[in-house]
Amino acid sequence: MASMRDIKRRKTSIQGTQQITKAMKLVSTVKLQRARANAERSKSYFDCMFNTVNSILSRVGSVEHRFLRPGNSSRKAVILITSNRGLAGGYNSNVIRLVTRNEDWKKEDIVVYAIGNKGRDALVRYGYEVRESLPEVIEEPAYADAAALSNRLLEAFAADEIGEIYLAYTSFKNTVSHEPKLLKLLPIEYEPGSSNEAEASDGGAIMNFEPEDVEALDMIIPKYITSLIYGALMEAAASENGARMQAMDNATSNAEEMISDLSLMYNRARQGSITQELTEIIAGAEALG
Amino acid sequence: MADNSSFRLRIITPDRIFYDGEAEMVEFNTTEGEIGVLPGHIPLTVIVKPGILHIYETQGKRNAALHAGFAEILPEEITILAEIIEWPDEIDEGRAEAAMHRAEERLQHKTPETDVARAETALMRAMARIQVLK
Repeated sequence: MASMRDIKRRKTSIQGTQQITKAMKLVSTVKLQRARANAERSKSYFDCMFNTVNSILSRVGSVEHRFLRPGNSSRKAVILITSNRGLAGGYNSNVIRLVTRNEDWKKEDIVVYAIGNKGRDALVRYGYEVRESLPEVIEEPAYADAAALSNRLLEAFAADEIGEIYLAYTSFKNTVSHEPKLLKLLPIEYEPGSSNEAEASDGGAIMNFEPEDVEALDMIIPKYITSLIYGALMEAAASENGARMQAMDNATSNAEEMISDLSLMYNRARQGSITQELTEIIAGAEALG
Repeated sequence: MADNSSFRLRIITPDRIFYDGEAEMVEFNTTEGEIGVLPGHIPLTVIVKPGILHIYETQGKRNAALHAGFAEILPEEITILAEIIEWPDEIDEGRAEAAMHRAEERLQHKTPETDVARAETALMRAMARIQVLK
C-alpha cells in the first residue's frame, strides 16, 4: 500500500485539477449563454435569407448562372470552423473527421480555409493544403469577417481556382446536443419544381425582381453565402462552449470520484499506521514488563 | 387583410431584429431608384442602395440610415434584410462627416489604385448618415 504521504500528495493534486475544471465549466457556462443569445438573434436573419433565396431560386428555376453550376476546377474549398483552444471533448476532432474521413474527397483536391487553430494544426499535420488561417474570427464572430471571407471565396470561385465550396462546422441544437455538419455552399443546390407548391400556398403570388432575375442573383447570392458563414460561426461558437461545458462537467465529477477513492485509501492507511504504532508500543511495554 | 391602410414591416439585421411593427408606408433607396411602398404592393424583390429609410407609422414618421441589403415586398408584409442599418441616435455625426470628407478626397484625387466603386459607396453611406440626422 502506498504511504500516507503519497496518497495525500496525489489527492491534493487532483483537488487542484478539479478546481481548474470547475472554474472552466463556470466560464464556459457564461460564455455559452452569451453565444447562444447571439446565435438565436442571428437565426431570424438567417432563416429569412434562406427562405428568400430558396423562393427566388425555385422561381427562376432553369436560369444559367455561374453560381448555380459547378466551376471548372476539381478543387474544393472547405471552410473548417473549429476552436482555438482544446479541452472541449470531441468538439474539434468531430469536425476535423468530416474532412479527413470523407471518402469522396481526395486530399490533393482540398483547399482549407481554417477558422480556429485546432482545425488548422490537425489538417496541416495530415498534410492538407491550408490556404488561409483566421484564428481570431471565432473568438468574436463579426458579420464583416464573414463578408470578407465570402468575398475572397467567391473571387476564387469566379477565377476557376476552386470548383466547389463547403462549410464544415458544428451546428448547435441545444445545450447538450451539437452535431458536426458539412454544408455545400457553392454551387447552390436546390430543387426546381418544389416552387410550384410553395407559390400555390402563397396564394399564387409571383415574385417580381428589380433588377432582373440574374442580376438580382448576382447581388443576393454573395449575401446569402455570407449569412450562411456568419450563421455557422455563431452556431459553432455556441457549440464550442456547450461542448467545453460538458467536458468540464465530466472532468469535475471524475475528479470528485477519484478524490473520494483516495480519501478512503488515505483513511485506511492512517488507521493501519495507528494500529501498527499501538502494537509496537504494547509489544515494547510487554517486553519491559 | 384586416384593413388596407397598413402592413407589417420587419427589418432584420444579422445581430438583431431592428424593427417589427405596423407601418402605413416605407420609402427607401434601391439600385433602380428611390421607391415608396404602400400596402397592397405587387410582390417585388429589390436590392437596397445606401440612403434614408422613412417609416410612416400611424402616429408619425421615423427615419433610419439603411446601407445595404435587400427587401422582399409582399402585399401585406415587407421584410428588409439589412446588413447595416442605424437609428439616428446611433450615428456618430463627427465620424460620418470625416468619412464623407475622406471619400470625397479619394474621388477627387483618383489614382489608378483607387477603388472608385468602394469610395462611392462609402460616400453614399456617409451622406445617408448625415442626412438622417437632419
